Amino acid sequence: MVHWSAEEKQLISSVWGKVNVEECGAEALARLLIVYPWTQRFFSNFGNLSSPTAITGNPKVRAHGKKVLTSFGEAVKNLDNIKGTYSKLSELHCEKLHVDPENFRLLGDILVIVLASHFGRDFTPACQFAWQKLVGVVAHALARRYH
Amino acid sequence: MVLSGADKNNVKGVFAKIGGQAEDYGAETLERMFATYPQTKTYFPHFDLAKGSAQVKGHGKKVAAALVEAANHIDDISGALSKLSDLHAQKLRVDPVNFKLLGQCFLVVVASRNPSLLTPEVHASLDKFLCAVGTVLTAKYR
Repeated sequence: MVHWSAEEKQLISSVWGKVNVEECGAEALARLLIVYPWTQRFFSNFGNLSSPTAITGNPKVRAHGKKVLTSFGEAVKNLDNIKGTYSKLSELHCEKLHVDPENFRLLGDILVIVLASHFGRDFTPACQFAWQKLVGVVAHALARRYH
Repeated sequence: MVLSGADKNNVKGVFAKIGGQAEDYGAETLERMFATYPQTKTYFPHFDLAKGSAQVKGHGKKVAAALVEAANHIDDISGALSKLSDLHAQKLRVDPVNFKLLGQCFLVVVASRNPSLLTPEVHASLDKFLCAVGTVLTAKYR
């Protein structure tokens, strides 16, 4: 089980409390597809992904980004059992979606950058530490049921 | 990975905007890296790594200067950083994985200080640039 200090929990929930899940989710997913274009391989049915502008404005990207970040919220609510929280999702990503777990790490790093751009100087080094730790734990949990 | 003309312009634009604050960006990048990835501290047992450390500031200035130099010679990064590449291969031998960690922290600093500067396109270009720098610095490792 992952150990979270009181300070880390506080930093995580105080940031999360101010996050617009729809906006941040859409932005994080769009940036993933733009910065690491090979990740588009999982979204061939999303329509127009031909340019950064197309990706940013794509309604399927926005909707899926919101879905992904909403699911991330489950981790924030269940810091003491992230493994259990993502057990089924892990199986899904392996067996149905066939997503290389490296992509979870890429998305996690992008999410941290999106948070930094939204919170500016309030996204302190201590904040970054807590959030990089969280995205790493989530990535690990999503990869855990792979076989 | 190849930097397109647009990538090069985006990167030059970032460093033009950062300008004289590059040293501060460098120092904050290191501060964040040591805080976020404690294993990176193992390369600096001889440093005072407390917040505000003069040694970290000084080293941040060096790191920033190297990035600026690479951006100013973006058509020949391996030429521009050749001596630094030798240094990292022969003396420093920083594990290659750490350059990604430094890059992530630099992006976080740019994002937090200048969110409007880091559009998705610029983010992509800057990430590619930082990867290219890391590749050059580890090119002579073996």
